[in-house]
Amino acid sequence: MEVNDVFEKVKSLFVDELGIDESKISMEAKLEEDLEIDSLGIVEVVMAFEDEFGIEIDDDELADVKTVGEAVNLLHSKI
Amino acid sequence: MTKRRVVVTGLGTINPLGNSVSDTWNRLLKGESGIDYITTFDTSNLPVTFAGEVKNFDGNDYLGKQHARKMDRSSHLSIFATEQALIDSGINLEERLGSNVGIVFGTGIGGIGATEEAVRTYDSRGPSRINPLAITQLMPNSSIGQVAIRFGVEGPSLTITTACAASANAIGEAKNLIERGVVDTVIAGGVESGTTPMTIGAFAQIRALSTQNENPKLACKPFDKERDGFVMAEGSTVLVLEEEQHAIKRNAKIYGYVSGYGSTTDAYHITAPAEGGIGAVRAMEKALLDAEISIQQVDYINTHGTSTPANDLNETKAIKSLFGEYSKNLTLSSTKSMTGHLLGGAGAFEAMVSLLSIRDNKIAPTINLNNFDDQCDLNYTPNSSIELNTEIVMSNSFGFGGHNAVLVITKT
Repeated sequence: MEVNDVFEKVKSLFVDELGIDESKISMEAKLEEDLEIDSLGIVEVVMAFEDEFGIEIDDDELADVKTVGEAVNLLHSKI
Repeated sequence: MTKRRVVVTGLGTINPLGNSVSDTWNRLLKGESGIDYITTFDTSNLPVTFAGEVKNFDGNDYLGKQHARKMDRSSHLSIFATEQALIDSGINLEERLGSNVGIVFGTGIGGIGATEEAVRTYDSRGPSRINPLAITQLMPNSSIGQVAIRFGVEGPSLTITTACAASANAIGEAKNLIERGVVDTVIAGGVESGTTPMTIGAFAQIRALSTQNENPKLACKPFDKERDGFVMAEGSTVLVLEEEQHAIKRNAKIYGYVSGYGSTTDAYHITAPAEGGIGAVRAMEKALLDAEISIQQVDYINTHGTSTPANDLNETKAIKSLFGEYSKNLTLSSTKSMTGHLLGGAGAFEAMVSLLSIRDNKIAPTINLNNFDDQCDLNYTPNSSIELNTEIVMSNSFGFGGHNAVLVITKT
């Protein structure tokens, strides 16, 4: 799967599952500041990623993930 | 120092009859029922297939999906009713309400829908798939937390869980906060959204619910000989309580006064009322004392009137025991005959009804009251609303656990 395909899947998860406004979602968008995903929301996002991509994500892998692009790259490396 | 008195300056509601105060009141006066078959889940395996659901309201449309999905439906309803009440009170919502405003809500079972969903997920997919928002959705204080965030309420916040007495207790405790000078304004109300599969099933198991499935609108018949249980309902009602001078200074509209509050406990049985309703008698007595009102001054009692055989009998006995001969002169009604039982939201709803009765000098009826029960022989305003000069109203609320909360609402 190409990085862009992962991004598109992440985008549709954010829109369909979390109700986030599609126009706000870009690779550069910051999860907390731009998309209003707080600490509780991050746990939801991880669950959605794990279900969608059939992977497991440890909490410490997420420590440095602050943007959509960083999340997409992490997912791409694990698929 | 003169006593700080408590007025009501704003009302808001969403309930099975309507999504505004005026629609709700109009339908109550027409004697319409908000009860119908349950639409939100499959009831085919349940002994009860009907309830009072809120209609034409989607939390996602109201709050936006990203916010709404973080909350249980009980919080959606709470925010909606609170916004109405605050707008009605004329309080400026452009700024945070701040630390001179408190919030006290009653609820019986909080975010029970979220609890049920989390348990289903745990059973089907295991602990790692439980919604991480489950705790913050299901905790009973979730509604006041969300309302406080939304409107910037920074004063004291309390959630009271005394079952079906909860929001009458909430209004009473809010009154205390204002009288003691803790704050000048309190958002006081209640909420319930327990028309969910497990909850309906569990209430049916204790034989508390009416099982008259053949015609839901006729099932709730308080004080009628054929009554066989209450009808579950959902909704939220909110009152803006304010210290009298605080309200007068800002030229607020005043619906009436929360003048009396009585709160007692049966300490007898977890569901059955004490023999003769003795705990209820004491609560009514204390509320009248607090309001400095004598029994002959009471115009109308909005009864607890759930339509269970035990409540309606014991409440009637309690009223007769306290009011004596004067009980024949009282006008009573049970608006639960039209809304169903809003559980933790009932006391606030019925306090609203009390205030509207005072405003309009009209009493909403007890509908479906056709078969005389010789042990329930007071004037329950059967089937049609009446005009009545109304200055002093008593509102009764009693809850599982043996909790009794009574409010006295007055015109002046």
